[in-house]
Amino acid sequence: MSSTVETLRRMAGDIARNFAAMGHEKAVLATADHIYQFWDPRMKAAIFADDHSHLSPIARDAIEYLQTGSHPASQTRATEFNSVDEVGHSDAG
Amino acid sequence: MGFERQKDFGTPESQSAEQVTLTIDGREVTVPAGTSVMRAAAETGGDIPKLCATDNMKAFGSCRLCLVEIEGARGTPASCTTPVMPGMVVKTQTPRLEKLRRGVMELYISDHPLDCLTCSANNDCELQEQAANVGLRDVRYGYEGDNHLALPTDHSNPYFDFDPSKCIVCSRCVRACDEVQGTFALTIDGRGFASMVSAGQDEDNFLASECVSCGACVQACPTATLQEKSVKAIGRPEKAVVTTCAYCGVGCTFRAEMRGEQLVRMVPWKDGKANRGHSCVKGRFAYGYANHKDRITRPMIRDSIDQPWREVSWEEALGYTAGKINDIKARHGARALGGITSSRCTNEETYLVQKLVRSVFGANNVDTCARVCHSPTGYGLKTTFGTSAGTQDFDSVMDADVIMVIGANPTDAHPVFASRMKRRLRQGAKLIVIDPRRIDLVRSPHIEAAHHLPLQPGTNVAVMTSLAHVIVTEKLYDEKFIRERCDWDEFDDWARFVSLERNSPEFLEAVTCVPAQTVREAARLYATGGNGAIYYGLGVTEHSQGSSTVMTIANLAMATGNIGRPGVGVNPLRGQNNVQGACDMGSFPHELPGYRHIHDAETRSVFEKDWGVTLDTEPGLRIPNMLDAAVDGSFRAIYIQGEDILQSDPNTRHVAAGLEAMELVIVHDLFLNETANYAHVFLPGSTFLEKNGTFTNAERRIQPVRKVMEPANGYEDWQVTQMLANAVGANWNYTHPSQIIEEIARLTPSFAGLSWERLNEIGSVQWPVNEKFPQGSPVMHVEGFASGKGKFVVTEYVPTDEKTGPRYPLLLTTGRILSQYNVGAQTRRTDNVVWHDEDVLEMHPTDAENRGFKTGDWAKLASRTGETTLRVLVTDRVAPGVVYTTFHHPSTQANVVTTDFSDWATNCPEYKVTAVQVMPSNGPSEWQEDYADLAERSRRIDTAMEPAE
Ligand code: SF4
Ligand code: SF4
Ligand code: SF4
Ligand code: FES
Repeated sequence: MSSTVETLRRMAGDIARNFAAMGHEKAVLATADHIYQFWDPRMKAAIFADDHSHLSPIARDAIEYLQTGSHPASQTRATEFNSVDEVGHSDAG
Repeated sequence: MGFERQKDFGTPESQSAEQVTLTIDGREVTVPAGTSVMRAAAETGGDIPKLCATDNMKAFGSCRLCLVEIEGARGTPASCTTPVMPGMVVKTQTPRLEKLRRGVMELYISDHPLDCLTCSANNDCELQEQAANVGLRDVRYGYEGDNHLALPTDHSNPYFDFDPSKCIVCSRCVRACDEVQGTFALTIDGRGFASMVSAGQDEDNFLASECVSCGACVQACPTATLQEKSVKAIGRPEKAVVTTCAYCGVGCTFRAEMRGEQLVRMVPWKDGKANRGHSCVKGRFAYGYANHKDRITRPMIRDSIDQPWREVSWEEALGYTAGKINDIKARHGARALGGITSSRCTNEETYLVQKLVRSVFGANNVDTCARVCHSPTGYGLKTTFGTSAGTQDFDSVMDADVIMVIGANPTDAHPVFASRMKRRLRQGAKLIVIDPRRIDLVRSPHIEAAHHLPLQPGTNVAVMTSLAHVIVTEKLYDEKFIRERCDWDEFDDWARFVSLERNSPEFLEAVTCVPAQTVREAARLYATGGNGAIYYGLGVTEHSQGSSTVMTIANLAMATGNIGRPGVGVNPLRGQNNVQGACDMGSFPHELPGYRHIHDAETRSVFEKDWGVTLDTEPGLRIPNMLDAAVDGSFRAIYIQGEDILQSDPNTRHVAAGLEAMELVIVHDLFLNETANYAHVFLPGSTFLEKNGTFTNAERRIQPVRKVMEPANGYEDWQVTQMLANAVGANWNYTHPSQIIEEIARLTPSFAGLSWERLNEIGSVQWPVNEKFPQGSPVMHVEGFASGKGKFVVTEYVPTDEKTGPRYPLLLTTGRILSQYNVGAQTRRTDNVVWHDEDVLEMHPTDAENRGFKTGDWAKLASRTGETTLRVLVTDRVAPGVVYTTFHHPSTQANVVTTDFSDWATNCPEYKVTAVQVMPSNGPSEWQEDYADLAERSRRIDTAMEPAE
């Protein structure tokens, strides 16, 4: 197994852990949303192809949700982006 | 063009709204109440002679040169210390005044060397000017009496000299150091004739003193007593151009004072809204790197990194690079290509780099160094407030009553802002410091923190939640604010969570090591002490829970109603000069300029139409993932503008492995930096003095950068990016950055009201700037939160996976120092090294004793990731169990030991927590030796080309 996959497992796990306080169902959606909005396609493909038994329940359910090809609406304001003509907000680092 | 000093009105501007009308020399004038007679005269066209007064400090009234006559008043009061009164009738020129002034001047001149013609300040000296103004022709006392003319000059500071023989003891320097800088390094020793300016005690030398070389005293000195060495070396400036500092996120503006093509000195610009006429040692003096012998000004290429570099023409370099890029794209697809934008380059330059990656390379693999610093700020503030923008301008601190500094060291990293903060603290604002180290602010002259919470590195969320616990359970929150501005139910959920016993300071004390009582007192002070302002830095963000900590900070500010007016707010202190701008310009892989997601078809179509391309619809890779993908073989080429990721990013070996795996690494920089050791193409860059454009500082202020000299490499950086784009097949034809600004304004609603012409007119503007906010936006969320309601977010404390244990029992945390900047590529190439020539490891006396270390010993610093060696400094600034170092020097490479752990939401690396062991050592580690060897081999240059004419 490549170390990249290990990194991806850790990343998914970290995200899930920090959403856990929302409760399982919401945390699954928030984790899926986060990965959908921020991960590059090859990262998604790699974690889809990985053995999901290494993932926490929230992370696993989120990945399997995304794997069906659907993705949730934005679950936190961090994944609400400006629309085409909106002045709005930034997410500057 | 003639050269003029910036006008000096003698005393500071009054902020009063009330107006007063009086008569000066027969002119009726109206000025704000509280204005001095001196300033009222100067503002209305009649300067009164002066020596001890200057407009960035309080009047002192010692020289007696500024005397005036006031109808109905006795004697001849000093105009600098006399405030205007309604109906006052003032005379500034009468025979009596002239005689008095000549007498005063005569005394000064009798103890001053009369070498004006050969003095370096000739024609730029206030004493000379005032002597002429008062018509002094003759000195009756003779020059033979006792005088100070033989006193030796102190040359110890690398940038300025102190020649006491020329001193008139006006004490402007002392007051500048006290009032403007807040260091209190200078005193007037002795009394009467014996009085003299002195730095420090025994040594009596600037370098050995507390002086931090900010230059405020040099600027304040009316004579050549304190003067830049460069003025002596180059001569008097002939013209001045206003531009913006290229070091830190404060964004000080300076007058670059030039003689021909040579920069004589950088003098802080009094009209600069970020710095208000102040500066630090970096912006003021450390620009010498621009001409350093290491600077590379010609393009170079090589086929593999074990070969020496070959200097080539621009044409060859660009042709070679484009060929490789097109070949890689043909073999591996566009997603194998990417780029990194620079927070040190202008907005226009970063914009072009992301445009190059997205529209010419054809993928969204673009990222920036904000990834490794404030990306959690972006995530955290956006989630809670609806926008990541810092909420205040710098001026706001002057209205704060309680200042909470978390994981930031402003006196070192944001010095000019720190000076203002210190001024406010001296006026009586209270200070809370949350930091594992006893940073200078905790105790410095005339400042003492009310509370210092020396937490264990990695426990920010726990400490912040325990503060919230106190505020909620003791009912110190601002219910009215919360009901109006936030969602009450969300507050309720959050309040219930923080009230849990496991979030109490008493329960968490075991984890945070902060006494519960201190936490309780600090929470009460912040909640009830008036305007509460939070300032934070990388000690908050660079953790596995960086984003969560930012949210805890936002929660705290909302719960106490400390948002939406001057004096309060949540203020991320951003590190690099243009990190805000780099983010605004679309440097993140998931979004286009203006923070619009790449998934959004409508947004894409706006850019696609303008750029004439089809964009990739999926987010690209972040820096650490680019490196992983490189090792895996799916990412093959990178264009890095003005960043040194090998030194700045965590886990150096991993970065090296990623870079080594790539087919094409293009480094565009001033120097062969550490990353360039792994590069195949080197494109020489230009300095901020050699280009036009804009920087956006930490308070969202967009300020112009102006070219004062021709680029030594021939091109401004945006031109180099354009040439590269065109070589790969684009057809760009910008001829000035103003056209790039136009494009940004056209495509990005938050910048709709921006143009180069407008900036030149108004000096600077804080975005958003558009129809709704035509004048820009100094304070955010005034009427309500940027997008609807403020959101309280429950933030569970999740300890980092990086844990201490028997093999690695200590926690390493990292930071920076005043005189050096970031990886030090620039500052190490200036005289600033006299203050910091190597990175050292700070260690508590107990830990040092247990390991048998004393200051100066070599130590091996080892973590699970790697090891390095450096010298130890024993100090109780750090708590037992914690060690600390800086990352300015490549020979140390502190990042060899930092880990791959990162913020859960943004992958900002966890620089601030690494479990380490420290043991005696007698020299460099194997990695350091190998690396030194590689660095040397990799910097060989074949200069086959003809020398430039
Ligand atoms: S350079 Fe700055 S710190 Fe040093 S003595 Fe002058 S004012 Fe004080
Ligand atoms: S050094 Fe300059 S500013 Fe300081 S007391 Fe002397 S003349 Fe005045
Ligand atoms: S405080 Fe920052 S912006 Fe200002 S002079 Fe220093 S480095 Fe430059
Ligand atoms: S300038 Fe007023 S007393 Fe010196």
